[in-house]
Amino acid sequence: MKNSFNILIKSPKFMLGAGIFIVMLALVLIFPMINKKDPLEMIALAFQPPSSQLWLGSDNFGRDLFLELMYGIQTSIRVGLIAGVFATVIGLIIGLASGYIGGIVDNLLTSITNIFIVIPSFIILILISVSINSRSSLVTAIIIGITSWPWTARAVRAQTSSLRNRDHVHIAKISGHSTPRIIVFEILPYIASYVVMAFVLQTASGILSEASISMLGLGPYNTISLGIIMNWALVFEAPVAGAWWAFIPAALSIALITFSLYMMNTGMDEIFNPKIRS
Amino acid sequence: MNAYAKYFVKKLFWYLVTLVIAVSLNFFLPRMIEGNPVAMIVSQMTKGMTDSDTIKRVYETFIQEFGVDKPLWQQFLIYVQNLFTGNLGTSFGLYPKKVTDILASAVPWTIGLQLPAILVGWILGNVLGAVAAYKKGVFDKVVFPVALFVNSIPFFTLAIIMLYVFALTLGWFPLSGGYDFQMIPQLSFEFIGSVIRHHTLPFLSIVLVTIGGQAIGMREMSIYELNADYVLYSKLLGIRDSRISRYVFRNAMLPQITGLALSIGTMVGGSLICEIVFSYPGIGTWLFTAIRQLDYPLISGCTLLIALSVLLANFTIDIIYGFIDPRIKASQMEDQ
Repeated sequence: MKNSFNILIKSPKFMLGAGIFIVMLALVLIFPMINKKDPLEMIALAFQPPSSQLWLGSDNFGRDLFLELMYGIQTSIRVGLIAGVFATVIGLIIGLASGYIGGIVDNLLTSITNIFIVIPSFIILILISVSINSRSSLVTAIIIGITSWPWTARAVRAQTSSLRNRDHVHIAKISGHSTPRIIVFEILPYIASYVVMAFVLQTASGILSEASISMLGLGPYNTISLGIIMNWALVFEAPVAGAWWAFIPAALSIALITFSLYMMNTGMDEIFNPKIRS
Repeated sequence: MNAYAKYFVKKLFWYLVTLVIAVSLNFFLPRMIEGNPVAMIVSQMTKGMTDSDTIKRVYETFIQEFGVDKPLWQQFLIYVQNLFTGNLGTSFGLYPKKVTDILASAVPWTIGLQLPAILVGWILGNVLGAVAAYKKGVFDKVVFPVALFVNSIPFFTLAIIMLYVFALTLGWFPLSGGYDFQMIPQLSFEFIGSVIRHHTLPFLSIVLVTIGGQAIGMREMSIYELNADYVLYSKLLGIRDSRISRYVFRNAMLPQITGLALSIGTMVGGSLICEIVFSYPGIGTWLFTAIRQLDYPLISGCTLLIALSVLLANFTIDIIYGFIDPRIKASQMEDQ
């Protein structure tokens, strides 16, 4: 573990991604502590351009967009991380069960996984979100998580079923270790790097999903996320009003966060799969 | 039965199972809300209406259409039966318009926008990715981070930025819609020109984002293939580079085709949101309107239609793939 960490630090791509991500995270966590105003407070006229007081101008309700952006990034990252955890854990459990147990269980779980890969998770996300009346950001995150596990499940299954027939697993079986023990000590360490990468990707796609679903007007209530800022901008016709500050900073923030996560993932990929190092 | 027919039947079976599950999800998920869905929907719907006759009429239409007074399984049967007769119910928001009619008017726009955009983006992305992997050096160093950045921009974000820059600031393209609103749809040069001008921006924004994702995948696959033993061996044999790159391209291309099948759902979802940004008269914009008006039958019709078309696209790619990939052909032979 320590060794791979040392290599990771030397990967410029990983460090660039991690750097951007950490700086953004630090900014959005620290700024609200300095500026304790309520982001939903209306303090100016609608669509005021950026100035020395309002760094990113005001939105359609005359609220401070920079402050909104800070809270929005915070929510979006949180939703992404929670969705990432759910998707990775569900995918891991299904993939491990399917790959390790094999037989009928494997056939069944693989079929379910394949079915849910083909049915667009976007659609399931809409159907569930429409049905739930009071969505907090946590609920949205969980819904995103439980609709995006199939990718992880498929990849984990492929690796587990090849690991299952390795010698060290056979030896552990003969020595009478219990199944959970074998999975934790003989299989998990070999797929750990993959699981971390999957988590990073799932987080990125969780942030994108939140933004898409909020754009449609199905986002979480009583909170500010990057998707919700964009939704407000669109619904209240900020582009037509020429108020680029109402949507471009939010759009670029989404792109920057996902970019940093993709960068981290690519960096890790090059380290864990030396074959694709160019 | 020959090998390919077997492959076909197997795929067909699984897609039918998937279809059944998609339809069931479309029916059951929204019905998990507690309480009488129709009463709830109607109460939300009719908040603005003061005419009690209208409320009653809306309410009765839905009681009848959904059969809410019957048990759930019977409702499901009614739903499936309605599907087979092409009846998706009546829209709330545009009462008494049929959902099927609304969707039928939107489908040509969506297909005309998304099919060419996704295909063009996919082809360009693959070529770019392969070239980046092959040329390496500066080209790769530039293309790769740019592609990665473009890929991290959500579809609609790029769409909004393009709308702002090219339609609003520069005024090169119209702001919204599928054609100039004062025109009547007809086969004239003027009308077609108008359609093309409205088509350009949404088309470009979908193409650009698709290129990003595909280029990254193709670059990785190509690098992987370029490092494979057969490439080294062919080089030692003195086979010309152009020929080797053809082998590499072919091998790297196959996973990209399955990749297209698997990511088509996400692409369609993203493009639908693109439509909303440009108020393009397709399914996405209707879905947006339907969600804002809580027009439940229309939402359900849209999601069902999208799920169906994604399934169909996947099935088509799978069937074509069976022809192209020699490994699948080989496994078909072994089965015999």
